[in-house]
Amino acid sequence: MTDLPLVLELTILVLAALLGFEVISKVPTMLHTPLMSGANFIHGIVIVGAILVLGTADDSFTKVVGFAALVLATANVVGGWFVTDRMLGMFKRRPEPKRDEADG
Amino acid sequence: MIAALSQTTVNLAYLVAAGCFILGIRFLSSPRTARLGNLLSAIGMVIAVAFTLALENVDRYAFVAAAIGIGAVIGAAGARTVRMTAMPQMVALLNGAGGGAAAGVALAEFNRLARLGDLPGDTLTAVLASTVLGGLTLTGSVVAFAKLQELVRGRPIVFPGQQLVNAVVIAAAVGLAIAAGATDETVLLGAAFVAAAVFGILLVLPIGGADMPVVIALLNAFSGLGGVGAGFVLDNNALIVGGALVGASGTLLTLLMAKAMNRSVANVVFGAFGQIEAAGDGRGVDGATVRATTPHDVAVQLSFARKVIIVPGYGMAVAQAQHDIGALADILEERGVEVKYAIHPVAGRMPGHMNVLLAEAQVPYTQLYELERINPEFPQTDLALVIGANDVTNPAARSDRSSPIYGMPILEVDKAASVVVLKRSMSPGFAGIDNELYVDPKTTMLFGDARESVLHLITAMKDN
Repeated sequence: MTDLPLVLELTILVLAALLGFEVISKVPTMLHTPLMSGANFIHGIVIVGAILVLGTADDSFTKVVGFAALVLATANVVGGWFVTDRMLGMFKRRPEPKRDEADG
Repeated sequence: MIAALSQTTVNLAYLVAAGCFILGIRFLSSPRTARLGNLLSAIGMVIAVAFTLALENVDRYAFVAAAIGIGAVIGAAGARTVRMTAMPQMVALLNGAGGGAAAGVALAEFNRLARLGDLPGDTLTAVLASTVLGGLTLTGSVVAFAKLQELVRGRPIVFPGQQLVNAVVIAAAVGLAIAAGATDETVLLGAAFVAAAVFGILLVLPIGGADMPVVIALLNAFSGLGGVGAGFVLDNNALIVGGALVGASGTLLTLLMAKAMNRSVANVVFGAFGQIEAAGDGRGVDGATVRATTPHDVAVQLSFARKVIIVPGYGMAVAQAQHDIGALADILEERGVEVKYAIHPVAGRMPGHMNVLLAEAQVPYTQLYELERINPEFPQTDLALVIGANDVTNPAARSDRSSPIYGMPILEVDKAASVVVLKRSMSPGFAGIDNELYVDPKTTMLFGDARESVLHLITAMKDN
């Protein structure tokens, strides 16, 4: 693994956090639940960490813990995406045609 | 091996992924582009995962595939079958999973580095942070899930000396983590994880069900920080950026919601002990009578109204009445009545909870209004229809200093010409106090399950 100096990583962290605040504050209140769900999905990026840990595992402790971590992380990713997508798919823009006409 | 990519190549891929995440959230700024934004985030995730799998030293593919397979099935099954009203607890659970994963990653990596005797000091803090934060997020989220799913009492669970116990446990967790760092003993870090997990339970247990939205946002922020920590441990940019985004989102939402309830975050998390009891019950409304009404009478009122504002709350979610309310609104609009929805920021169990439910009922989001925008319209409203919302409509928040909800901005339903409240019974809302709105002379109560009441209303409207 590369040896990124701590300062560089801190820089990335600070910039990402600032950018995050900027971008997130533009999300309207009505979309806050999908935001929470979508941000939760992004947290699933730990799956990358879990893959790295499990994928290079040598001893049983690492294999067990890594396996558990990867299962959890994948559930986070897959579940998080589907939940967010379900929610977002429901926001309709134009008023629906009258229910009676539409259903027939 | 699938491929043998260098770390540099993979890091570049992480940069692209990070960009996708940030743009994905940017697109969440409007309902039209929101779904595209989610797709973009997914693309970022796929890129990050694919390139990681192709990294040159990753090769335990059997394990990896198995774990991914299991996790995917669990995640997909859960996400597809959960009802919209249970979304908040689903998000809580997923958040816990993410936090647990971060802690697991930190633990495993600590173990590996410790055995090699190669634990750099700067990584140490990150490992400790991830493990402790991840641990408490995991269990805290499960408790939040249990409270919302009503497997556990919604009321705060309080016991004497609780503050002290909590302080001791978290100190133990941190202490053990530091000790682990000093001695390179994985066992100690494992113990720290367990202590943090216990703390997570103790932390969330005393918080009332009504405050869960804030707690979930807070746990989201914590798990984001845990992800950042894991990123520092693995020197992984994708984790750092992703964790930062989630942390920022969680923090912002926590602050926004606390503000919407006019309480500090500390008050929400630690205030359960005195909040309900010591603050008193506010001015009681015992002795004053409420006026009950019938669907027929309400239908008549509705037919003569020119402007109606619907105020949904958790009761609507529980009764799954959102579709029927949408149908009722359609009928009203066919008759030329102006219909708007007033959404209080903490109505329901999550920020935007009501919006999601109403969207599911195909209510156009253009009809949903936030508190600041809709409050000035109540004085010109003929009828305010309150469905399963309680504390967010209680005028005591404006005037009664002894009330636990004093100072919380409310929907000024009492300024409408007349008010009809749909409620199951006279039992108090989550704040556990009486609502002065109900004994106001212009208010009538339509008792019964929200869904049934609305269906009766629809029938009555059609007869009129």
